[in-house]
Amino acid sequence: MAKPITSLRDFETIAVGPRPPGRPEDGGRGGKEQPPNLPEGSYRLAMLFALASIGMLFLGFTSAYIVRQGLGGDWQPLDPPAILWANTLMLLGSSVTLHRSRTLLRREAIREGVRWLSLTMVLGLLFLAGQYGAWRQLVAQGVYLNTNPHSSFFYLLTAAHGVHVLGGILGLGYITLRGWRWRLILMGTPDRLKHYDALVGAAALYWHFMDGLWVYLFILLFLWR
Amino acid sequence: MTQATAVHEAPKSFIRRYIFSTDHKVIGLQYLFLAMAAVAIGIVLSLYMRLRLAWPTERWPLLGKLFPNAMAGGTISPEFYLSLVTMHGTIMVFFVLTTAPLGGFGNYFLPIQVGAHDMAFPVLNMLSFWVTLAGFLVLMAAFFVSGGAPISGWTAYAPLSAVGEIAGPGLGMGQNLWILSIALFCIASLLGALNFITTTLNLRTKGMAMTRLPLTVWAWFTTAVLALLAFPVLLAGGILLLLDRVAGTSFFVPGGLIVSDKILPHKGGSPLLWQHLFWFFGHPEVYIAILPGMGITSHVLSTFARKPIFGYRAMVTAIFAIGLLGFLVWGHHMFVSGMSPYSAIAFSLLTLSIGVPSAIKTFNWLATLYKARIHFTVPMLFALGFVSIFVTGGLSGIVLGQTSLDIPMHDTYFVVAHFHLIMGVAAIFGIFAGTYYWFPKIFGRMMNDALGKLHFWLTFIGIYAIFIPMHILGIAGHPRRYAETAGFDFLTPLQPIHVFITIAALITAGAQLLFFFNFFWSIWKGKKAEMNPWRATTLEWTIPSPPPHDNFGPQTPVVHRGPYEYSVPGAAEDYLLQTAPPAPTKS
Repeated sequence: MAKPITSLRDFETIAVGPRPPGRPEDGGRGGKEQPPNLPEGSYRLAMLFALASIGMLFLGFTSAYIVRQGLGGDWQPLDPPAILWANTLMLLGSSVTLHRSRTLLRREAIREGVRWLSLTMVLGLLFLAGQYGAWRQLVAQGVYLNTNPHSSFFYLLTAAHGVHVLGGILGLGYITLRGWRWRLILMGTPDRLKHYDALVGAAALYWHFMDGLWVYLFILLFLWR
Repeated sequence: MTQATAVHEAPKSFIRRYIFSTDHKVIGLQYLFLAMAAVAIGIVLSLYMRLRLAWPTERWPLLGKLFPNAMAGGTISPEFYLSLVTMHGTIMVFFVLTTAPLGGFGNYFLPIQVGAHDMAFPVLNMLSFWVTLAGFLVLMAAFFVSGGAPISGWTAYAPLSAVGEIAGPGLGMGQNLWILSIALFCIASLLGALNFITTTLNLRTKGMAMTRLPLTVWAWFTTAVLALLAFPVLLAGGILLLLDRVAGTSFFVPGGLIVSDKILPHKGGSPLLWQHLFWFFGHPEVYIAILPGMGITSHVLSTFARKPIFGYRAMVTAIFAIGLLGFLVWGHHMFVSGMSPYSAIAFSLLTLSIGVPSAIKTFNWLATLYKARIHFTVPMLFALGFVSIFVTGGLSGIVLGQTSLDIPMHDTYFVVAHFHLIMGVAAIFGIFAGTYYWFPKIFGRMMNDALGKLHFWLTFIGIYAIFIPMHILGIAGHPRRYAETAGFDFLTPLQPIHVFITIAALITAGAQLLFFFNFFWSIWKGKKAEMNPWRATTLEWTIPSPPPHDNFGPQTPVVHRGPYEYSVPGAAEDYLLQTAPPAPTKS
């Protein structure tokens, strides 16, 4: 149950967690204990705000979509290319594999965890290939970017989402590489493991968001009329 | 993305240290110097416009050398005038008013004021600057492509901006470059904003509670949140606009549009949609420009009034309220667009309600000054100037916030006067206050006081001499964006006002040379500054001038006090540093 924000203290509590007990003159919590600025909290926090920002981008597109649809006239809704259902399953599946990976990494089963991470990336790549397949299907039917406003939005929204998924794959690739290297070189010092967990946590947040975003876009484009 | 640890060595090589640096202080300076270059270009463009308006028939062969194609024969064509309008606005809004106060001072001082060794993500921070610079260079490139710079204004209203070269010079490649530049700027701002927010929330030193943050940090933090939520919407609009231009889509271009005797192939789009997307970003952008100035003003006023800022919590609340309301008032830029009068009333009421938090800030500034023993230093003069101009510009905002008054005045110089004062000049005064205030910290030397005061008075009087007459032009019905008034009988008697404004503008622009001279001369020749020349309280004054690479060294500061403890009864000095340990409690 979210508490309503009635004071700066409440805002701070929601943003960074409650203050540890301490003498009031010390101001209690002010950032992390020093030293030093450990990244764990920053990764998650920055990712949450980044997602808010990405959300605003798609909110901008959505409002344009609704307004443009409302103008009527040349709006001809497309039927969803069949392959989109398969793509959707693929992306949903990748969220499951990522979650599995996260659980394993938490249990310090790094080898298996990284394996599931790789599987997540493969599913992500398959999703992108599938989206490209959907574009090819439409092109084969003679439906292009400028054919009508709905097709414009279809290409635009899938492309914008695809670019973000590609970014997610690159991020997971970076994490996977790091995972392999650390598993081989340093059998997980506690610090490293904590840092790694924070990285994977932020990446997972992003990935699940992209997953949910796709479901939203799918509904917006084809199911919500 | 390895994190900064408590102690880190400064990089040795020149390139890593000064060019591709991840040090927030170097990045802050890079932003400041970019803004200085941009403001110089922006001022020159505005002077070209002023000359055209004051002496429309005059030829300027020497000035024409700067734009050999666009100004052939030394005359400014109406089309080139519109290019100047566009580029002046875009440069100033994005690359000066957003870049200097947020990217410059925010980067340099936010980490120090919260007691951190650097930003949370130094590499992102570096990227943020370099992408901004790329955006600036792309924008400048628009001057050099065929057709020249776009003529669609900094708001790039569709369909003019959406249909391509056929609609006028600069609307081909120039407009594409404009969109690309803005898109780059959006992305850079997001990277920067993430850093500001994360650093403020997560890297505060021990004891630096949110309620002990200097008001500058609150202002930068709120500004970063605004940037984070507003820029993506502009990016979305920019992408749609680009698709309309290059891919033949019809988001913004209506059907059956005839341009230059040709029916365009687009159909069914809505120019109003662009205005909504643009102003949903555009209004928060106004606050992105002005909020840091408010923060700096509060900071400087308190320092030189030697009094705590009046109503710290009210100030923080007001910053937030202005930020929040800023997202709900974009429609007041569109009263003449044919929007429903009912939504216009809603936008109007919300707009006027911004007067409440603005008045809270103003009265708190005045209450801070009340019965204070004011030290009239140069930064203080500029902070006082900020308050004056903020009030003047704000009053005409109350006029324009009402539909019945806005509709007749919307396309006149009254609006030009209003937004230049409130968002342009006020923000610039905030930047000047910040520059004179923090220069000793940044460069370890003082700026010249006499030159600074001369600069202030010339600028302060000059600004009013420029913009007060513009209100009169506007009330007389003088339309804005017109390159010349020939052929409009009712405007002929107003011509002397144009001449007066242009002369005032030339003098005011000349006065800025004093500032540039003072700035660069003082970097090398200024009087050496001590660690805390203003006897101020916040953390940046507890470290050497200029600050070392890792700000605080191995010792991290511990904060025991609020940010504005001036003239505390019983204290030995008239200020207490935030790190000063608490007095032993009396038993």
